[in-house]
Amino acid sequence: MAAFKLPRYTYNVASLSVNGKFLARQQHTIWSSDHHYGMLYPGHIQTSPLQKALLAVGSGVAALQNPYRHDMVAVLGETTGHMALIKLRNRMRNDPEGYTILTERPRIRLSTLDISSMSTLPDGSLGREYLRFLDENKVTPDTRADVKFVDDEELAYVMQRYREVHDLLHTLLGMPTNMLGEVAVKWFEAAQTGLPMCILGAALGPLRLSISRLQKLMGSLGPWALRSGSRARCVLSVFYERRWEQNLEELREELNIEPPPIKLSAKSKKGS
Amino acid sequence: MAASFKELPRRIVQIRNRSARFGPRNPLGNSTFRTEVSAYRCCSGAAAGRSTHFGFESVPEGEKAERVYKVFESVAQKYDVMNDAMSLGIHRLWKDSLLRLMNPQPGLKLLDTAGGTGDISFRFLEYTRSVREGQLRHRARANQTPSWQEIAAGYGSEGEEPAESRAVVCDINKEMLKVGKERAETAGITTGLSWVVGDAEELPFNDDQFDVYTIAFGIRNVTHIEQALQEALRVLKPGGRFMCLEFSKVSNPLLSRLYDAYSFQMIPVLGEVIAGDWKSYQYLVESIRRFPDQETFKEMIEEAGFFRVQYVNLTGGVVAIHSGFKL
Repeated sequence: MAAFKLPRYTYNVASLSVNGKFLARQQHTIWSSDHHYGMLYPGHIQTSPLQKALLAVGSGVAALQNPYRHDMVAVLGETTGHMALIKLRNRMRNDPEGYTILTERPRIRLSTLDISSMSTLPDGSLGREYLRFLDENKVTPDTRADVKFVDDEELAYVMQRYREVHDLLHTLLGMPTNMLGEVAVKWFEAAQTGLPMCILGAALGPLRLSISRLQKLMGSLGPWALRSGSRARCVLSVFYERRWEQNLEELREELNIEPPPIKLSAKSKKGS
Repeated sequence: MAASFKELPRRIVQIRNRSARFGPRNPLGNSTFRTEVSAYRCCSGAAAGRSTHFGFESVPEGEKAERVYKVFESVAQKYDVMNDAMSLGIHRLWKDSLLRLMNPQPGLKLLDTAGGTGDISFRFLEYTRSVREGQLRHRARANQTPSWQEIAAGYGSEGEEPAESRAVVCDINKEMLKVGKERAETAGITTGLSWVVGDAEELPFNDDQFDVYTIAFGIRNVTHIEQALQEALRVLKPGGRFMCLEFSKVSNPLLSRLYDAYSFQMIPVLGEVIAGDWKSYQYLVESIRRFPDQETFKEMIEEAGFFRVQYVNLTGGVVAIHSGFKL
């Protein structure tokens, strides 16, 4: 990564977000009132390798102590995921739809979703099921932390896309956001992406499950998640924003994801 | 927000200087003051009125106070935890040293400026109370067998209470004061303590009010240090003492390099992990580098009108206590 760049004139930042799409092909240093040197994208913080190592260890410990610290899980993912992000990015490049995503940089935010038209979609379509999932589990796509410590702008986008696709993955896999559902999704993600943070989460998550849930995990959910994860097409390469009308079952078949063996409902959310 | 073209020369200077310091794999941060600071000033001074430093950034003067406010608003909840983590608990020893140097006798009135969570005031009250108890014990021992004349003499003065020590914690930031009040409640300190919102450059007190004025780890955040010093002179009684505990310059080159490496590598990481706030702690370590060194600060205090100005280095110069008297 070149440290010294000839100062580029700020191209109009307004062009960066048109209809919620993040248009940027090359690495431009972004000037902001923050005056932070070497800022490759908004929210970027330059860190030395030593700082990344310290962050990885510190965030790992903090996340283990308090799993509700999502910001620490995010930092752990960013500081340990460099190799996996490169592999993911290459997979996306080799896929035509994925390549379009890398070029157009769509973002999944409440502001970019047309909720009213999505709710009129037929049941069983991706858009309708996604909205139902957000509703039942009382989550919103806007709570994802911004990427801070990835030192390449394209990889930072891949990381951001991974975070934003997480909820859609819940919908695709039919898993709620309770502990068991999260662990199942983590197993899928670990098999798919190979991000160390996912692998760690997948390994340590089961420790917090009750015996009955652990049995469900080990018996059917776990193997299914791993199988689907390794066989499925790269989930980041799917342009969900253009597929809201598509039928969910059809999408699953297209992506090579088996339907879930057990039906888990969001009501069973009483912790592990 | 497109950058204005006026700022471009400044940014070019900034980039060239930054890249000279921050190569692709150099550790961030450098302790030496650079003269390009003055280059920024003359470029931006023409464009946007007077500017000052905010860490290594340059900001218009009006903006600095607001940005400092935001920093402390966001760190207030975890302030004490972070202090312990960053200094490995040594900040407690520094504050204890300040009190020992002060050696306050009971009955004094303290103004703890930028007192935030109240560390200095709590220590002050504790110190004077234990001195007071020592005095009472001493007096009781001496009065084991009083003569009848002494007993008679003691009758008149029964209504007279010895003067109580009082501490006023003054801070510009309400969040910090809130945290301080909670701490006082948990510690059970109820009397002798008051909490006032105020700006060190414009204190809400009359002249000649306090016996001791302290400002611990606060003066480097003030936009106009000279003004804060003049206000300190104003509110102190004649004979009153000014004391300042602040980060300063480490003279030993080896220690200085270790300190810099620790500051720039470790502290923002600790800030991110413990408090979830990298930028505030980056500001913290940068603001320490921007503060004048021991001798320069001593001269500033003398210029404000204090006498017998002295300083003591602690931990090899990482921290220094400056003291002066109003006569």
